[in-house]
This record gives sequence, C-alpha cells and structure tokens, in this order.
Amino acid sequence: MPATFDLNDDSVVVIIGTGAGGGVLANELAQKGVKVVSLEAGGRYLPDDYINDEWESFGQLAWVDPRTTSGDWRVAKDFSGLPAWIVKAVGGTTIHWAGASLRFQEHEWKAKTTYGDVQGANLLDWPIDGAEMAPYYEKAETKLGVTRTGGRAGLPGNNNFKVFEKGAQALGYKEVHTGRMAINSGDYDDRMSCQQTGFCFQGCKWGAKWSAAYTDIPRGEATGNLEVRDRCHVARILHNEAGKVTGVEYFDKDGNLQMQKARIVCVAGNSFESPRLLLNSASSMFPDGLANSSGQVGRNYMRHMTGSVYGVFDKPVRMWRGTTMAGIIQDEARHDPSRGFVGGFEMETLSLGLPFMAAFLDPGGWGREFTTALDGYENMAGMWLVGEDMPQETNRVTLNHDVKDQYGLAVANVHFDDHPNDIAMRNYAYKKGMAIYEAVGATRVFPTPPYPSTHNLGTNRMSENGRDGVVNRHGQTHDIANLFVSDGSQFTTGASENPTLTIVALAIRQADFIAGEMSRGNL
Amino acid sequence: MGNNQGPKGLTRRELLSRATAAGATFMVGTGFVTSGSAAWAVEASALKPETLATLVQMARDIYPHDKVADEFYVIAVKGYDTAEAAPAIEAGIAALNAAAQGKGNASYLDTGWERDRVDILRGMEDSAFFQQIRGGLVTGLYNQKAVWPIFGYEGESYSQGGYIERGFDDINWL
Ligand SMILES: Cc1cc2nc3c(=O)[nH]c(=O)nc-3n(C[C@H](O)[C@H](O)[C@H](O)COP(=O)(O)OP(=O)(O)OC[C@H]3O[C@@H](n4cnc5c(N)ncnc54)[C@H](O)[C@@H]3O)c2cc1C
Ligand code: SF4
Repeated sequence: MPATFDLNDDSVVVIIGTGAGGGVLANELAQKGVKVVSLEAGGRYLPDDYINDEWESFGQLAWVDPRTTSGDWRVAKDFSGLPAWIVKAVGGTTIHWAGASLRFQEHEWKAKTTYGDVQGANLLDWPIDGAEMAPYYEKAETKLGVTRTGGRAGLPGNNNFKVFEKGAQALGYKEVHTGRMAINSGDYDDRMSCQQTGFCFQGCKWGAKWSAAYTDIPRGEATGNLEVRDRCHVARILHNEAGKVTGVEYFDKDGNLQMQKARIVCVAGNSFESPRLLLNSASSMFPDGLANSSGQVGRNYMRHMTGSVYGVFDKPVRMWRGTTMAGIIQDEARHDPSRGFVGGFEMETLSLGLPFMAAFLDPGGWGREFTTALDGYENMAGMWLVGEDMPQETNRVTLNHDVKDQYGLAVANVHFDDHPNDIAMRNYAYKKGMAIYEAVGATRVFPTPPYPSTHNLGTNRMSENGRDGVVNRHGQTHDIANLFVSDGSQFTTGASENPTLTIVALAIRQADFIAGEMSRGNL
Repeated sequence: MGNNQGPKGLTRRELLSRATAAGATFMVGTGFVTSGSAAWAVEASALKPETLATLVQMARDIYPHDKVADEFYVIAVKGYDTAEAAPAIEAGIAALNAAAQGKGNASYLDTGWERDRVDILRGMEDSAFFQQIRGGLVTGLYNQKAVWPIFGYEGESYSQGGYIERGFDDINWL
C-alpha cells in the first residue's frame, strides 16, 4: 500500500525526481523503513501506456518545459530550446534509456591524476574509487539484471549488430559483443525477456528493459513507506536560520503551491533541474543559491563526447529491428594519449526510426544530399560514439531570468563549448566508426553530429574538498548536512561509459549512508 | 484534401500552361491545385491556389524523394493553408517568386530545372520563411505513417510480437 504523509510531517525524507537516482534512492530507503515522499514533476506511465511511435512518445514523455542554450555546441543552433532529451515522468529518463550498463574503469575515478593538467579543463579526482564502488556496482547490476554480469547471458545480436561486429573484426577490434544491458535475455526478476521490438527509447512495452517506473517505484510503494506524488513540480527548497533545510515548496497537480516539511531533502532532477532548483532557492542567507559556497553549482556541465556514424550499404540491414543499443566495441575506451586526446570512448550500436533519422541525421540539412541518404534508410546501419568529455567551469547551467516557465520560475540556460580534447576525440572516433562500416562495404558513411544531450552530468559535482565541488563522497552537500544530491549531477568527471549504472550504484550507496546517519542520530 | 475533387479540377485548365514548366504540380481552376496525373488534388482555402502549388513544389525541392508522391508533400504543407498562417506564407512565396524573377524566370514554378530552383532556395536558406517550411517538413513529411513503407520502415512491432520471430537477425549478405 502506498503511504500518504501529512504536509506537516517533518520526519520524512523528501526526494525530488524519480529517475535513475531519485527512483532508486526512494525504493532503497523505503526498504530500510525510512519514510519517503517523492515529488515528481511528470505523470505516471506504465508499459501499457508507452507508445511505439517516436514523436508521439516524445510528446508523451519528454521534458519540453522551456530551457535556453548558448555556446558553440551545435545543439544550441539546431535545437536551441531543447538542450537535452530527457523524460518528465515517474521513473524519469529510465523510461527512455537504452539500458547500456557499464562500470567505470579504474583510472576514470582519478581523471586528474591520470590525465594530468589539461588546459582549460577543470579536472578533479573523484573522492571515491573502484574498490569502494565494487560492491555497489554488483548490487546495481543485480537490481537492473545487467546481461553479461552475475552469470546472466548476453542478448542475441540483431542485424545492426551483425554489421557492426563484422566491421569491428575487420579492423582488428577484440572487445566486441552485444553489450552489458539492463535488458532481460531471459526471464528475470518477474519481468520477461526482450522481444526485439526495437523501441527501447520509447519505453519498453514488455517490461524487458529495467526502468524505475515499474520496478523500484512500485516496490518502494509496496513497503508502505513511500508516497510518490506525481505532477508535482518543486519550486524551492526551504531552510531555517540554522542553515538546515526544512522542506520544499511545490506546485501540485492543480497548480496550487504546497509546502512539504522534511527532515532531509534529496535533489535528483537530472543535471539541469537539480542546479536550477538550488539556484532558484537562493535566500538572504544563501544569496548565491543553496549549497553554493564553492560557486560550483551549475558548473562543469558534461554531456559526454558524442556523435553517431551511419553507413549505407547496397543491401538491406533493417537496423530498427531489435534492441536499440545491444552492441559495443570497447577497445577504444582505454586512456591512450598517443591517439591525440586523453580519456577514451565506447562505440555502441544505435538505430533511429525514420522520423527521428530525418530530424537527427544532419539537422538543418536538405536537398538531394540529405534525401538520398534517407532513401537508403532500409540499407543503413548505425552506431553511437560516447566518450569522456572535459569538465569546464564555463560550461554551466545558470538561471535565465528573462524566460519563465509555466510557474513563473526562471528557466535553466545551458551553456556549452566543446573542449579541444572533445573535438579531437570526436574526429578520431568518427574516422574509426566510418572505417568499420567501410570495411563491410558501405557505399556512403555519415559522421552525424551530437543529438540533444541524453547524458547530463556534473553540475553539482562531488569533491573531497568543499572548495572544489558541491557534494562530498556521499552526495551530501558540503554546506548543508541534510541536503543531498542523488542524480547524475554529482559526477566529478564523466568517464567514457554510459552513466546510469553508476548513478544507480551511487544511489544505493547513498541510501546506506542516509539510513545509517539517521539511525546514528546525525541527521 | 479530397481526392475525389481531382477530376473536377482537371476540367479547368486555364492556368495549366503557366504551370507546366515545373512538371509535377499545377494549379487548376480557382481554388484547386492538382498534379498532372490527377493523383491528388486539394482545395486551397486561405492561400491563393498558385501559392499552395508553389509551396508544394518548394517542399519537394527541399526534400526531394522521387519515390514519394506529391500527395504526401501536399499533406505536409496543407497546415499552412489557414487564415492565421496565410499572410506570412503569401509573403514568403512572393519573395521566392521575386528571387526567381531576379534570375530571369517568370516565377518559381516556372523555373524548369530542380537545380535552378535549389539555387534560388540556397539564396534564401537563412530566411525565417525557408527555415519555417523546412523545419515543418521534418515532421510534416517524415512523420506520415503512409510515407514510412516507401522507405522500408516498418513502424511499431509490438502488436505483432516484436521481431524476435520476424527477422531481427535475418541479414544474409555479410
Ligand atoms: C534516449 C536515451 C537513451 C539513453 N540510454 C542510456 C543507456 O543506454 N545507458 C545509460 O547509462 N544511460 C542512458 N541514458 C541516460 C539515462 O537515462 C540518464 O543518465 C539517467 O536517467 C539520469 O538519471 P537522473 O536520476 O540523473 O535523472 P532522470 O532519470 O532524468 O530523472 C529526473 C527526474 O526528475 C524530475 N524532476 C526534475 N525537476 C523536478 C522538479 N523541480 N520537481 C519535481 N521533479 C523534477 C524529472 O521529471 C525526472 O523524472 C539515456 C537517455 C536517453 C534520453
Ligand atoms: S527491443 Fe527489447 S528491450 Fe527494447 S523495447 Fe523491445 S522488448 Fe524492450
């Protein structure tokens, strides 16, 4: 039975956002007997509700509240009002995600030490490492049912993978397989196996892919310790004269302003909304926003070095059939500065349906150069390139006071300039990706620019020292003991791997810490 | 649009001679726009018929797919044929025709080669009008379910049980 808590109940932990970070944290705390109120700006949608149609699904699930952009990234030109592709719904972006679930490599926890000084980059070592995280990674893999871990079988390769694998082998790549995916290759955890429907980005109608929406959230509710209030948009975090947070103000389903008291507040609204909320909560005591004595709130925004490569062949591939991202080449993920950049990248299969391909293959493109590419759609194979990008202080989320959302709140402006290291890595990765398809006989290849960001990281980063970042090794803000950050914005650096497994592992770990501190009477 | 209006439109050909140059798209009579093959016809309501016809040609020149019939381009731009949208579209098409005339053609539709029409479009690529039409087509054209099979795209598969037994790994030429 889902709990219901009183607005004046100041014994509850309030969690803002129910995605990979917030959704998992809510369940983990509820399982430990901690009372939780989760506030989620979006509505509730379950597998039956998901729509296997790209734009219709986007309309149903995506966060389309206004945001603005600046900087030299191409997204600011092509999709100026849509810097990110993320979900606004119970379960957050775990409804859209493709399920690629990789652990960081050991050296990636220590980017500053490993890479040294990179001009213009605000690199820092994480205050934690692989040994510290190993048991939490294992718990996360078990929770998500990640294939090729814990004895779980890999997924079968689809057409898109077979082309990718053949090209990879021709180039001599060794670490090539159908990925470590949070998608069931057999029945697991009361969910069925993947039916190869090919709409992983639109929400898995079979429930074969893990999403907080239909696992952690209902399980947390079943404990009787968790209340999820959907369509509740948090506007501000409140604090007392002692500088402790005391609750949050939010707009409910009907647009009425409510106040929920809290013992602890955890922010997990993804890397734009989390810093925006801290900044919008500025007060006379904290004029620069909450937890911002370091001035780092909103800074060091990372989105991964991304790009895609599509290849057209003389015969059909039909890449859309089957799992969207079950295919990986890991050989380039290593740190090897001889390639002309620090850090590494992963290559992963990717397919878009025709409607999204038209929008994303070459945004703004037109004429026969563009349309002949789409004419080859049936004969196309695709891959995504995802690598570590450099944190830069000036890549940041700030409040744009000239633009207000439907509640009259200043929106987030997202500023991003590519770092030279990002550009060098992308160009190298494009060449490798194109060579893979050419090795299988591609008649034409496309180095496709980054899409609106799906991996949004770093805007409340973790640091050993309160000077350098916003939260400590537990995601607890350096400035305010009962205020936590629980999503991808904690990332000190981005590593080359897709981030969600790490977000989930950090949330599981944070739940242990919060519950422990509560029982020790420290919180 | 009304396919059944095609034959009726075809009986009135007074504007035909002015439109044949561009090949596929004509205005026919007052209010109706149709193709030479009468595969489609549509009634312009807020826009001038020749404006709608020019818009259809412009749409095809922006995203030319020889396998995609005119009717899909008509559907893609028909949304601009409203009282609210019409003034801006009329102005944009007037500018397009002026650009065509600047290159020695009677009008955009009267410009015979796609190459020359594309040249005219390149010259106005950064205009708000061009970007509005191009941007609208990305969804207006490619998000029509009826267009998908022309590209081989199969759309949703859930209702058929996915591809697990329907060829997710059936590639046979590698
Ligand atoms: C198409 C796509 C594919 C992806 N594939 C992968 C993949 O294969 N592997 C991988 O690791 N990652 C993938 N990702 C990324 C992954 O989804 C995110 O990294 C992850 O979900 C981020 O978790 P989060 O907790 O930071 O935020 P989210 O999951 O985005 O959750 C944030 C939630 O907070 C809510 N919220 C925000 N502000 C407020 C507010 N003020 N009040 C109340 N609620 C609020 C939002 O509505 C949202 O539900 C993909 C993403 C996309 C879009
Ligand atoms: S391909 Fe598999 S994981 Fe993806 S949506 Fe379909 S059934 Fe779900």
